[in-house]
Amino acid sequence: MIKLNYRISDAELTVFLKDEIDQNSAGPIRECIDCLVGRNRSVRKLIFDLSKVTFMDSSGIGVILGRYKLMAARGGTIGIANPNESIVKILRIAGIYKLTNKVS
Amino acid sequence: MNNRIKIEMQSKPVNESFARSAVSAFIAPLDPTLEELADVRTAVSEAVTNSIIHGYAMGDGVITLEMCICGDLLTVEIKDRGRGIKDIEQAMQPYFTTGPEGERSGMGFAVMKAFMDKVEVFSKPAEGTVVRLIKRISSADA
Repeated sequence: MIKLNYRISDAELTVFLKDEIDQNSAGPIRECIDCLVGRNRSVRKLIFDLSKVTFMDSSGIGVILGRYKLMAARGGTIGIANPNESIVKILRIAGIYKLTNKVS
Repeated sequence: MNNRIKIEMQSKPVNESFARSAVSAFIAPLDPTLEELADVRTAVSEAVTNSIIHGYAMGDGVITLEMCICGDLLTVEIKDRGRGIKDIEQAMQPYFTTGPEGERSGMGFAVMKAFMDKVEVFSKPAEGTVVRLIKRISSADA
């Protein structure tokens, strides 16, 4: 399994994603986040920090939507932090901002 | 400038990033804006991903990436000989996916349409699919 940098403070888990998120990389990212969320039962907010992500296609949208469902099932929410302009474009098209809030 | 290039690749997810790099390199001489570059890379990534996970869901196959620049018009064709699409109109609906188990977003065609000027899809069940992506590269006039 890949290792993601992350930070937990109170009930907030921030995962720091990097490089390119496509069908090829989505599976391991998903697995790693689910493991972190599963191990930390008190987490109520999952934040995707995308500052180091250079590319994301709809496979990344699938990852975010899946984690949204995961968090919603435990009464939690998700947030997106620091996406680049082209990622903002794809998040908007997919309606992700209706489910979440932007985190600066 | 007119130019054409054709690449054949195996339907492996690792080749998605290769396809993106190839199209970036191909349009570089047109001096596209960063936004145009990101749009084209994303649309190509979606089409190649579709060929891999839907077209060749049952096993390996060959994907052909054919790129053409005619003046300021970029055309990219992504072709597979996979299982084809039964209902193209339905497949192009946002959030429609045949593969919920793979946690697909169903946004592939919606993203292609949003990022390119024109998207054409030709498909026949059991024969394969061709996706044609067309975009005018603004800085090509310069």
